[in-house]
Amino acid sequence: METPSPLLRVRNLTQAFGPLLACADISFELHSGEVLGVVGESGSGKTTLLNCLSARLTPTNGIVEYDLRGRGLTDIYALSEPERRLLLRTDWGVVMQNPRDGLRMNVSAGGNVGERLMAVGARHYGAIRREAEDWLAKVELDLGRMDDKPKHFSGGMQQRLQIARNLVTKPRLVFMDEPTGGLDVSVQARLLDLLRGLVRELRLSAIIVTHDLAVARLLADRLMVMKDGKVVETGLTDQVLDDPHHPYTQLLVSSVLQV
Amino acid sequence: MTRAAPQSESVVEAGYNFAYLDEQTKRMIRRCILKAVAVPGYQVPFGGREMPLPYGWGTGGMQVTASIIGRADTLKVIDQGADDTTNAVNIRRFFARTAEVPTTEATAEASIVQTRHRVPEDPLAEGQIIVYQVPQPEPLRALEPREVECRKMHAYKEYGLMQVSLYEDIARFGEIATSYSYPVMVNDRYLMSPTPIPKFDNPKMDDCPALQLFGAGREKRIYAVPPYTRVKSLDFDDHPFAIQQWEEDCALCGAEETFLDEVILDDKGGKMYVCSDSHFCERRRAEGHRGRLSEGAAKAYAAAVGADVEEA
Repeated sequence: METPSPLLRVRNLTQAFGPLLACADISFELHSGEVLGVVGESGSGKTTLLNCLSARLTPTNGIVEYDLRGRGLTDIYALSEPERRLLLRTDWGVVMQNPRDGLRMNVSAGGNVGERLMAVGARHYGAIRREAEDWLAKVELDLGRMDDKPKHFSGGMQQRLQIARNLVTKPRLVFMDEPTGGLDVSVQARLLDLLRGLVRELRLSAIIVTHDLAVARLLADRLMVMKDGKVVETGLTDQVLDDPHHPYTQLLVSSVLQV
Repeated sequence: MTRAAPQSESVVEAGYNFAYLDEQTKRMIRRCILKAVAVPGYQVPFGGREMPLPYGWGTGGMQVTASIIGRADTLKVIDQGADDTTNAVNIRRFFARTAEVPTTEATAEASIVQTRHRVPEDPLAEGQIIVYQVPQPEPLRALEPREVECRKMHAYKEYGLMQVSLYEDIARFGEIATSYSYPVMVNDRYLMSPTPIPKFDNPKMDDCPALQLFGAGREKRIYAVPPYTRVKSLDFDDHPFAIQQWEEDCALCGAEETFLDEVILDDKGGKMYVCSDSHFCERRRAEGHRGRLSEGAAKAYAAAVGADVEEA
């Protein structure tokens, strides 16, 4: 049986900031429909890795290949800049840790969701609006607030809006940087529930960066544990969390507070 | 109509170069204009010079005019459509003195029309040049504050964001409420701000036989629309572009399809609508056209203007 080609393939990715090595020699593959969690403490290079993967930071070394529709595995940094930007707003989604970075705070919620549609050429107001309504409903936002600006939304609502805005073009791969960061636990739980449902329903592939092992446990199929820019352990989520091998992973797992 | 060039002391004797700017600057600006004409709608940076009036008063338009004007030219200057407002009078006199060119109020007689906020009602013809004074050349500025990002969006033709601003209009007001500086696509390639002309004038830019030049003094940008170029106002399929409509006709000349200004006549709610293009209106009245307030209208108008009443 032929193994299907991966959606994303990373080989020997290294990112250095001067003498500081943020990511060192990272290689992995991500298959369609898979959710990969990247865990590790602050400063371990998680966000830098995500930026490199999502075509927003050219790595010092190494190759990031993505299975472009109709073109197969392609080195994303060999693409021209407009092609990369198109990829970022169509086939990919990026959910930022801080919704202020991922949303237009002075544009209504409906406009935020509709922006991607208009960016790929939608020019029918009614259709754009229906699609936006549909997505706002999917992320459980009150349609009565569709024309309100996200700066008047709560943190949880902003985060859900950000997710709707990214998913509206039906991306195949979503990058999330601490999607539940800064939210209280009950809001976190609802957001995670929503994300889990969307990921399963839409057969999304996702790379989720988090320092919260509970988030990783709920969402991720596989885990990558990072420390000082290196991947110290990978494996199935349950395997890594229940039977950690590397001393650092053991420390990480044992540090989780139990209620 | 056309006033002859003043035959007083020569500008050269007065210590100024012809048309105020030095020849090197003019050459630089002309090169920018050529580039702008070659890439319709593209904003070409230029080394803007200090002009003897403040930014926002037409320094960009004046530099463009100074660079293209020759002794054979006839200049018309309008501000909000009128030939007799401060900005127009000052700039017209400036070029009458520094370039010694004849000036006119008649659109058809002018070879160069410098304008602020309007395109004349009389259709422009081949061989004419219209110079727009531009306060903000970047149509994306209000939506995207980063200049580098704006330039990339132009370079890659990523104009979805401009559409978002129109979406916001419809979501909030039920229609595209943007009434001036209405964004246009030039030659199906570059998004361009048509300067704060009312959207009423946008259709006049499309397939226009005259050359259209735009100068932004503070922002130091020049852009252009060559003759007979497609200029399309952005819209939605289900909310097509539409120009302003008035329920009344011009109170002085009775014109039905011109851009009208509201003039307040007294403090009891009295008002009238008059053509913003003062020369167009005058000519129609001279031809015998009459509006609602023609009886004593001149008196009312003079009273309004004389009392320095602000136009709405």
